[in-house]
Amino acid sequence: MSIEGSSKPRLADSATLRWDKVRDKWVLQSPERLFFPDDVAVSVISLCDGQRTLQSITDELAREFDAPATAIYDDTVELLKGLAAEGVIVHDAGPR
Amino acid sequence: MTPARVEPPLAFLAELTHRCPLQCPYCSNPLELVGGRAELSTAEWITVFEDAARLGVMQVHLSGGEPTARRDLVGLVRAAEQAGLYTNLITSGVLLDRRKIDDLAAAGLRHIQLSIQDADPAEADRIAAYPQAHLKKLAVAREIRSAGLALTLNVVVHRRNLPRLDGIIDIAVDLGAERLEVAHAQYHGWALINRAALMPSQDQVQSAVATIAAAARRLHGRMQIDHVVPDYHARRPKACMGGWGRRFFVIAPDGAMLPCHAATSIPGMSFPNVRTTALKAAWDDSAAFTAFRGTAWMAEPCRSCEFRDVDFGGCRCQALTLAGHAAATDPVCDRSPLHDKLQALVEREVASGTSSLQLRRPKPSSRASDRSREYGLVTLID
Repeated sequence: MSIEGSSKPRLADSATLRWDKVRDKWVLQSPERLFFPDDVAVSVISLCDGQRTLQSITDELAREFDAPATAIYDDTVELLKGLAAEGVIVHDAGPR
Repeated sequence: MTPARVEPPLAFLAELTHRCPLQCPYCSNPLELVGGRAELSTAEWITVFEDAARLGVMQVHLSGGEPTARRDLVGLVRAAEQAGLYTNLITSGVLLDRRKIDDLAAAGLRHIQLSIQDADPAEADRIAAYPQAHLKKLAVAREIRSAGLALTLNVVVHRRNLPRLDGIIDIAVDLGAERLEVAHAQYHGWALINRAALMPSQDQVQSAVATIAAAARRLHGRMQIDHVVPDYHARRPKACMGGWGRRFFVIAPDGAMLPCHAATSIPGMSFPNVRTTALKAAWDDSAAFTAFRGTAWMAEPCRSCEFRDVDFGGCRCQALTLAGHAAATDPVCDRSPLHDKLQALVEREVASGTSSLQLRRPKPSSRASDRSREYGLVTLID
């Protein structure tokens, strides 16, 4: 299942994004998975609420970072594909 | 040589109890089980959670034995969450009902990892040695999802149940699991004494790899499948626990703090106990945690190997079991002089066709530490 403009990505039920005080870093975690996303990735993940489409997420990011929408779109798809392969982002209408 | 830089641990396994109603013959608990009376109290566990969070631990895996056999489990989950830990419950599910699941969710539990034994109910119940275990587990899995909790389905695979891997994947999809963990039996403790009956063939392992790759493509973005080629069938070892004393530790039911759940099999090693040693001192400086940390302890061929900081020489307990001493190169590695013998051992055990299994019992039938020496490469062949 590929991710496309109309997909509505969200964090998997098991995944949590939080600030780690010991390491001074954002941490995205689910069992057996720990990531330390950079600021851009944190902005992306924070918008993945299962309501917004990928298209609206990247439009919002393009405005926020004042960057070309196509470049933002490609980078975001790349990031979300990677996180979906790790199971921390889901993007279908599966059970909640 | 990399200096043994001490980073804070990421996660730990809390073996809340070794008590369990099931008797799976590949149980990861040691042969010498800790009795109920020796278990840490509620207050002692809470102190462990608080100290672990302060040390930098982010996740606690609440396990056993069967962790739901602890009557204080809901309170322990709440305390771990309040300490700032991500909580994952590793359970067989047979003691759970909807009310308990709701209580755990309300206490802040983030995720449940539920085990099944097989896709075939009769064989699953035979392996667990618990009547109706399989049906009960499926019902509990559905309750977990309907309570809104994230679910990983875990199955230990081996020669007997690998033919039904497709059926196992179907069950995970049907239950709405977020993740399926296909874990090959690891040959320590109980699985070691049952190794000949559990060992899969190379063909079975290759077929599992193909089946899972196809399913993972089909289910991308819906269900994650975790599977790694089992050690005995691989050419390179894994960084056991992410490296000794580097990412992970285990607290046994009696408070012993271990670098991995099988570490008590290593003779002459004494372990710190949370009842008497502060967690940070135990992690940073104890003899057990520094023994194989980093790469300075290595002999050849590991010492000069370009992968020494990748796999950290593999698994110390496996080196002990197979090569006769814990500081040896893991014979899983094809640079170990014992690697060819390991391949021969796999073929011999598959060819044995034995189906005799010793189920997990409070006491193994003969002295475990003596018996486990019979399963190495050195004593078996030389």
